[in-house]
Amino acid sequence: MIKDAVCSFCGCLCDDINVEVEGGMVKRVRHACRLGSSKIMGHGRIESPMIRKEGKLAAASFQEAYDRAAQILLAAAKPLLYGWASTSCEAAKKGILLAEEVGGVLDSTATVCHGPSVIGIEEKGLPGATLGQVKNRADTIVFWGCNPAEAHPRHSLRYSSNSCGRFTPQGREGRKIIVVDVRETRTAKNADKFVRIAPGSDYEVISALRMLVAGKGDVVPEDVGGVSKADLADIAATLKAARFGAVFFGLGITHSRGRYKNIDNALSLVAELNSHTKFVIMPMRGHYNVGGIGQVLAWSSGYPMSVDFTRGGPYFNPGETAACDLLARRDVDAALIIAADAVSNFPRATAEALADIPVIQIDPYENPTTQLSEVVIPCAVVGVEAEGTAYRMDGLALRLRKLVDSILPSDEEILVGILESVHKQRLLRANEEA
Amino acid sequence: MIVKGGIVYDPANGLYGEEMDLFIDQGRMVEQAKGEEIDARGLLVMPGGVDAHSHIAGKKVNTGRIMRPDDARQGTEPRTAVCRPSTGYTVPNCYAMGYRYARMGYTTAFEAATPILEARHTHEELEEIPIIDKGALTLFGSNWQVMECVRDKDLSKLAAYVAWGLRAARGYGVKIVNPGGGEAWGFGANVKGINDPVPNFDVTPAEIIMGLAQANEMLNLPHSIHLHFNNVGKPGNYTTALETLDLLKDIKPSRMRQIVHVAHMQFSAYGGTSWRDFESKAPVIADYFNCHNHATMDMGQLLFGSATTMTADAPLEYGNARLTHNKWSNHDIELEESSGVVPMVYFRKMLVNAVQWAVGLELALLVKDPWKVLMTTDHPNGSPFVNYPEVVTLLMSKSKRDAEMATLHEQVPKRTVLGGIERELDWTDIAIMTRAAPARILGLEDKGHLGPGADGDVSIYNLRPEEVDTSQDHALVKKALANAKYTIKGGVLVSKEGRILAAPPGRTFWVDAAVPQADTDRLMIDLEEKFAKYYSIQIANYAVQDAYLPHAKVIRAGLPVPLQEVA
Amino acid sequence: MISGRTLAQGAGCESKMSPEFFKAAAVCHLSEKDFKSLELSEGKNVLLKNEFGQVVLTAKADAGLPDSMVFIPMGPWANVIVGKETGGCGTPHFKGLEVEVAATNSPVLNIRELFSGMGVSGYV
Repeated sequence: MIKDAVCSFCGCLCDDINVEVEGGMVKRVRHACRLGSSKIMGHGRIESPMIRKEGKLAAASFQEAYDRAAQILLAAAKPLLYGWASTSCEAAKKGILLAEEVGGVLDSTATVCHGPSVIGIEEKGLPGATLGQVKNRADTIVFWGCNPAEAHPRHSLRYSSNSCGRFTPQGREGRKIIVVDVRETRTAKNADKFVRIAPGSDYEVISALRMLVAGKGDVVPEDVGGVSKADLADIAATLKAARFGAVFFGLGITHSRGRYKNIDNALSLVAELNSHTKFVIMPMRGHYNVGGIGQVLAWSSGYPMSVDFTRGGPYFNPGETAACDLLARRDVDAALIIAADAVSNFPRATAEALADIPVIQIDPYENPTTQLSEVVIPCAVVGVEAEGTAYRMDGLALRLRKLVDSILPSDEEILVGILESVHKQRLLRANEEA
Repeated sequence: MIVKGGIVYDPANGLYGEEMDLFIDQGRMVEQAKGEEIDARGLLVMPGGVDAHSHIAGKKVNTGRIMRPDDARQGTEPRTAVCRPSTGYTVPNCYAMGYRYARMGYTTAFEAATPILEARHTHEELEEIPIIDKGALTLFGSNWQVMECVRDKDLSKLAAYVAWGLRAARGYGVKIVNPGGGEAWGFGANVKGINDPVPNFDVTPAEIIMGLAQANEMLNLPHSIHLHFNNVGKPGNYTTALETLDLLKDIKPSRMRQIVHVAHMQFSAYGGTSWRDFESKAPVIADYFNCHNHATMDMGQLLFGSATTMTADAPLEYGNARLTHNKWSNHDIELEESSGVVPMVYFRKMLVNAVQWAVGLELALLVKDPWKVLMTTDHPNGSPFVNYPEVVTLLMSKSKRDAEMATLHEQVPKRTVLGGIERELDWTDIAIMTRAAPARILGLEDKGHLGPGADGDVSIYNLRPEEVDTSQDHALVKKALANAKYTIKGGVLVSKEGRILAAPPGRTFWVDAAVPQADTDRLMIDLEEKFAKYYSIQIANYAVQDAYLPHAKVIRAGLPVPLQEVA
Repeated sequence: MISGRTLAQGAGCESKMSPEFFKAAAVCHLSEKDFKSLELSEGKNVLLKNEFGQVVLTAKADAGLPDSMVFIPMGPWANVIVGKETGGCGTPHFKGLEVEVAATNSPVLNIRELFSGMGVSGYV
């Protein structure tokens, strides 16, 4: 029995998971949600490295796969190294080194999730806290465009609406929960107040709340985004009356009209609420280590996503150097996709660009990206079969454990393999030229 | 390795500009050695620089980077055969930190504030900083367990917790920031002075400071408590500084060092009742330091231009953000701390900023004993560390100060005494304030000097101390200090005239203090309850694992009896 | 149209080739009124069409949805009708898209069929 393992599924990084291991296999998982236990229990895997030969993927050795991957990256003028949200920071460090070595662009799945949040933070900063602070203090919680009941199933019990702490001994009873969404989600059903807004009206609704909080309600029209002024005034009053308030926001707001401006506005609202009471705000990060790749990239390159290393010095300009833009413009000529399924998760027209360039996939699981990859390298699952560091949605670093052995190498080891092959091939080429 | 013919300033060993050869073998200073010769004939030679207070790693530094892509763009340097790429000015990436310190001849820097809960992140970044040796001070000033031990007057349990916390954080020493204020900020409040009780905890900042100072001495830690006062950055706060210092004057030190090190004194030496009548109280503070021997300080010098303010003093940062309408990040850490980050620009023509600039210099010039004052900018709060040569030259040249003063807000001479200070520091003073004193204050026995057994960290500058007139040739001096002719770290030539030649990993120092098992046992009952009820993670996942410190250097400390280590 | 995470889609998102993921993600939620007005019943399909593409999905009534809005679990089916434009911020519009919905007798493509027209053929 392994106690207090850290779950490597979502940004909650629940660290109270008990796992029964027998004969090198996970037998039973306790405390995890359905998402987490499904991952820890394990399921269909890619078993062998594969290289495409005459149009078909055929089994190959790891060394052959590393060499072919290195060859593709070296031949490319501008390779994209994308993914990184579901692997360890240790792998991310090697990936950044590889991007520097081959002169590529490194981007994470944040680019299709909370990328707009990152840009919003660049505009306004992030008034936040650790999740335990919310647990111990928050008496008012707003979930805006997020649905933890389905995306982060244990969030409410461990950290937010239903948790108990030092100044919140009554748990859910002592809290006011407001859910803002365009549809009545499962999370909305647990709320004291569900505010249904018209799709794409987040910016207007936040602006109205800012006016009301600032005591400038006279400029607010009678209806904003499908919400009555009276309702908005009531919400503004609730927010100001909080002893400690927390706003959690999700893709409902980052993916909708306004995108990063919505976040900019929400951050401003929270900053202003701090003139009246205590308020914090936090993005609900999806993949377990999408926060970690942002942290590692920031301390390594100065920027948290979409970093272009093709010029020697790091360069960042979302909209230009983000994965979706590069592919839409057909501005990259090879791709390494790690711990992400770009083909499924990008818009169809964006994903189609991947079909025209050589793709290297590193992943434990088969998915549509596998279908058009030139090289496929299976890896051990971090947090189950490999150790490593991950950053929770509040930026807290935790060490993931290894629960069972795997014959497969970790992402980190695979990337080191490719790096070594890059060095080797470069040396070989230099010798030939000499 | 032999460093030949340099003019050596090694004040810890009584050398004040003597021509001599230095020998390094296997990374250490020795009496005789062979090998590579470095020609330092006639040049200024000092031990490698030591920065005892700088924000170089961890969550708030990275938050600064993430919210400031504008800053990252200012320092882009491409990758080379030896170096990873550099970015940033006030918040450089990890690689730039190592290279830029090394270029200036610095070989050691200590991160000034890390909450235990987030220490793993700090060590991830520290390990990524090349070349220099490092350590991180651990925050205790608003910690629930600390406040409860203080409230219960249970000093031995408090000492056990400090030992446990340092071990969990792989931390080097006890940092206290706006004691109690971090907890009050959890509900958006602050403490107003050292006798203002912390809400819900029934203790005062004064009691917290006293308790931690006593625990620090009980544990015989290499460093003293490292204190960021209450009311930092506010007009009239010099009284808080004096009151706090006076609290501590009768505590007996467990080692030959201060009882308290005051962080960035400049930010706490202000008079006036508001920003309108804001003025320098540096002379009063300096007097106190001249008359007492239990306290040391670092300047926290402010320079004009861009900075990024970052501190565990979260209410201060909220104030900064409201004052400047700039972007604001805040991060409260459950059961332990608060913190904030706000970008800043300091202006010559803004009276408050100009007075702050003068206050830092006044402190360093009016305190007579250079062993009591460290040259810092509280990087990147007052200015990024790359501007140390500017600070040093201001301290060495009255004419430079006068020229600068002439460009400032015209009220500065009325609000400060800087214009009347004739003192110009010499190389011995500078070697003390940037090498010998920070090492002694931190308790780093092998740093800051060049005696046999010391670390083989040497900086050699393209300056002839016997010829250069530091008072007049300050531009020349500044240029020479910005890029050492040679920087030697652990016996390796790492930098030559601004070019990085090698980037070996540096070590990370942390302190493992022993306490009686019985105290730890009593403590664990409290901690297990806190993890069960209040922390959002399990106790088993709390402490920093050794995997994060592959180049650790453990310093032992603790109670002499009974000799039993913390579990 | 909006797309987002569901519990079932999340549980299956690391086994994309499985029948469970197909069941979880190749679905279109409609309000009860819209479901009725399109004369749909359990197991019937809908065709969604816009300027970016078209996709057939299994229809499902959802009491939580307002009228004139459809919800599709995030993933490859939803992304057929998402455009590539990011408006300069790197992130496409995954939510708030105009889409025409009609009942259809066409079958829902499974994941291999969905990508059969794309990229290298002859997948092993």
